[in-house]
Amino acid sequence: MAIVTPQRPEALAPEQPLNTPVRFLRRPTGYTKGLWGWMTTVDHKKIGIMYSATAFIFFLIGGLEALLLRLQLGGPDNTFLRADTYNQVFTMHGTTMIFLVIMPLSAGLANYLLPIMIGARDVAFPRINAFGYWVFLAGGLFMYSSFFLGGAPNGGWFGYVPLTRNLPGHNIDYWVFGLQILGIASLTGAINLIVTVINMRAPGMSLMRMPIFVWMSLVAQFLLLFAIPVITVALFLLSFDRLFSTNFFNVAAGSDPLLWQHLFWMFGHPEVYILILPAMGIVSEVLPVFSRKPLFGYQVMVFSGIAIGFMGWGVWAHHMFATGLGPVAVSAFSASTMFIAVPTGVKIFNWISTLWKGKLTFPTPMLFAIGFVTMFTIGGLSGVTHGVVPADTQQTDTYYIVAHFHYVLFGGSMFGLFSGAYYWYPKFAGRMLDERLGKIHFWLMFIGFNMTFGPFHILGLQGMPRRVYTYPEGRGWDVWNLVSTIGSFVIALSILVFIINMWKNRKPQEVGDDPWDARTLEWTIPSPPPEYNFKEIPLVTSRDELWHRKYTEDEDGRSVRREVTLGQPHMAGTEVEPTGPEGSESPDHVQAPGDHADGGEENGEHEEHIHMPSPSYWPLVTAIGLPIVSYGMIYKTWAVAIMGGVWIFGSLYAWALEPATAPEDTPVHGPDTSGEDLEAVPA
Amino acid sequence: MSTTVTASSGSHTEIDPGHPPTSTGLTNEKVAMWSFLGSECLLFGALISTYLLFKGQSLPGTIQPVDVFDIPYTSVSSFVLLMSSLTMVLALAAIQRGDQRLTRVWLLTTALLGASFVAGQAYEFTVFVREGMNLRVNLFSSSFFVLTGFHGAHVTIGVLMLLSLYSLSMRGKLPPSKAETVELVGLYWHFVDVVWIVIFTLIYLIP
Amino acid sequence: MSTSPKTRDEATGPVVESGPEEGGTHHDHPGEAQYIKIALILAAITAVEVAFSYWEAVEGILAPALIAMSIVKFVMVVAFFMHLRFDSRLFRRLFIAGMGLALFCFTAVLTTFHVWTR
Repeated sequence: MAIVTPQRPEALAPEQPLNTPVRFLRRPTGYTKGLWGWMTTVDHKKIGIMYSATAFIFFLIGGLEALLLRLQLGGPDNTFLRADTYNQVFTMHGTTMIFLVIMPLSAGLANYLLPIMIGARDVAFPRINAFGYWVFLAGGLFMYSSFFLGGAPNGGWFGYVPLTRNLPGHNIDYWVFGLQILGIASLTGAINLIVTVINMRAPGMSLMRMPIFVWMSLVAQFLLLFAIPVITVALFLLSFDRLFSTNFFNVAAGSDPLLWQHLFWMFGHPEVYILILPAMGIVSEVLPVFSRKPLFGYQVMVFSGIAIGFMGWGVWAHHMFATGLGPVAVSAFSASTMFIAVPTGVKIFNWISTLWKGKLTFPTPMLFAIGFVTMFTIGGLSGVTHGVVPADTQQTDTYYIVAHFHYVLFGGSMFGLFSGAYYWYPKFAGRMLDERLGKIHFWLMFIGFNMTFGPFHILGLQGMPRRVYTYPEGRGWDVWNLVSTIGSFVIALSILVFIINMWKNRKPQEVGDDPWDARTLEWTIPSPPPEYNFKEIPLVTSRDELWHRKYTEDEDGRSVRREVTLGQPHMAGTEVEPTGPEGSESPDHVQAPGDHADGGEENGEHEEHIHMPSPSYWPLVTAIGLPIVSYGMIYKTWAVAIMGGVWIFGSLYAWALEPATAPEDTPVHGPDTSGEDLEAVPA
Repeated sequence: MSTTVTASSGSHTEIDPGHPPTSTGLTNEKVAMWSFLGSECLLFGALISTYLLFKGQSLPGTIQPVDVFDIPYTSVSSFVLLMSSLTMVLALAAIQRGDQRLTRVWLLTTALLGASFVAGQAYEFTVFVREGMNLRVNLFSSSFFVLTGFHGAHVTIGVLMLLSLYSLSMRGKLPPSKAETVELVGLYWHFVDVVWIVIFTLIYLIP
Repeated sequence: MSTSPKTRDEATGPVVESGPEEGGTHHDHPGEAQYIKIALILAAITAVEVAFSYWEAVEGILAPALIAMSIVKFVMVVAFFMHLRFDSRLFRRLFIAGMGLALFCFTAVLTTFHVWTR
């Protein structure tokens, strides 16, 4: 059993020689606090918080962009935004929401939760994890710097050629290089989380016992792993065309613009599953907790998630039905698109069955989760209609498509992410969000969302084209556009309520480990958790491990609370008994991933010191090189680009030679940075 | 893996604090490298497909493969790269056996063979450019240079990694317990070789 | 404290430590002589490939023959030099997932461009 030896705080800071020449170059230690502590952290929880906070700020920016669009489109022949401004705003709205909001919010949640949910102390490669965050921040800032440096990307979030090949100025270059930078963050993050889930599960945590959020995030990471390289190539080809006049998308030289579309959507379609699967995972965690029932059909949910991920590779040309692919190609992709609705539909039925006959309560996370199920179903249904090729020929490039993807991405992903935010906020922040304000947020957002995007179905079927900055009077589109614009401000109001809620509850509270009476391992540790997550790596004996530690079943199959929760650290008689063939080792003999075990004592009293990986500034330093290279490339200042490259290589070298855990860092874990002291534990 | 048997000291087992036990018994680094190689398949797949799409589609009268390709020359450099995979695997065998000197010999040889490949490519490119084929001439030139350029960049990074391993070994920082580092660099190296097998056939040999 | 090494892909039990991987636990691991033999085979196949590309008699089947030979070389390097044949099934799955996806998707794309029939 791991015993963390307590010491008084003053005794813990290592002696630092006063004559250290350049103090800031010293490697930060586990005791480094403040801003520098955050900038050098490799703690997955801090990184998760940074991802989420940054993504939320981008959400506000993307939302502002949306309000600008809606102001322009609120009435016909409007002149609020000029056409070229509109193009920049709508491109950045889409690019921001997808790459700078939903993806990093999902990444932040996965970063924070996956290690804890599988009973680990951190991810497989903590410094690469930190690198991913800094690269994300660098990419986002780089892309937004374009607003001040000649104009933001203006070719749509999908960047179709030959337009983007030929657009003057550097707007598109910022888009291309910005996405490349972001792609690096996603790819490294994907490898990290894949290895973490495959390799760092606690004893007894078999794949089919993992929380479903872990599974859905894992599938999404695999999708990222394989999809990012495709858009990487597409972006390289486009940037070479723009910078070096290659001919990849040069129609005059014989190229076919569809090459871009194929490459983009071969990435783009798995991308939308990357956007939705984690949110589906969240819903699958939240619904059971507030129905006080296990998820209906766990195995089917896992397999349907895998099926969605797998089949998602076979449908991409449904974004290209109107491009003249020919009847054979179009029919094939139409069929595959229909088929992919099956595993998705299965999930919806399983969620409903989870709720069925449950002891339901409706706190805010539950409201958003149910909102997800309903709104995503609507979005999914319109999606199925797109799969019918003749119908899609009518719908494509109209607001009907815009309706579909906002229902699945906002009504789906964002609602799911808000559900997760309210659900896990107490765990991350050690504070509860106010229930009343939460409900106001939900209902305002629900109403505003449907007001904004519901009319898009009608407008689309009435023929209003998308991606245009204005529309003429007399088409019959005025009323619904106005309704939509009003709805968008209702959404904005709801977000203000959310911000007020977080602000009102900014003081730490005593929320306890398990305020929701939940089912998974993150609720067995304090809120917020200590740096090392678990005092002892848990031994897992079933799915919904925490639930089974708290509850047993009576003869009628009803849940009955145990007198003593099993598996509480250091409490005699609460050891979790391994059951079945998997649990062939008693807890005392279990070696935990990440623990440094000394010696070979077999009895339960040997001490283990928890080594946490040491902080490092190399991830941040390396990340800075990426925008430097990009600026150099865009402005064809090769010296700058080369300097950036040298910067990156040098930093990588220094990083590689630095050990993951610094030898000078004391092996005894001290008070974690949340200020919570360890209890004195009798040996 | 968490236990490493030091080759020289018989049955003594020591815990390597850098490698705690894992759920699969495989190291994190190796799982990571294979995942990365899986994703690289998509990268090179996209580049190769672009080349194949444009094959034969360049405007007539502009430079074509048959005008510039020197198959014997490229065969020699392909052979060189292929043999570098052999020396790579011999380097791994050497470090696993604890033969430090031979490890360095094979690592350096692999790096030199790889560098020769890159140099050969660079020379080939200069010849092509002199014959009037630069990046922007036509579809063939663009796709050829970008595909082989990406591959060459990968080889170059591999050479740098090999030289780094050589340098570490010279400084006594590459003991047999670190054999896996050599193995991982080897995996990357063989993958780059395997991509060239595909490129050489599809781009150079098939008309 | 070492438990008996298990290298199953999915852990359904306590975390295990693996024993020494290289040269210790598996006995069908190729030795250096084998590697040299494989390299010579690869070189020979390459020579045949180049020869074929000059030989008019095989022009009709040149493309499929070259592709077949490349596949053989590819598999040999991956299976033996990259040790995939002897290593955990997980690695094979990771690599084949990437390869398979690439082959499927890009074949589909090139098919929509009618590359095979032009």
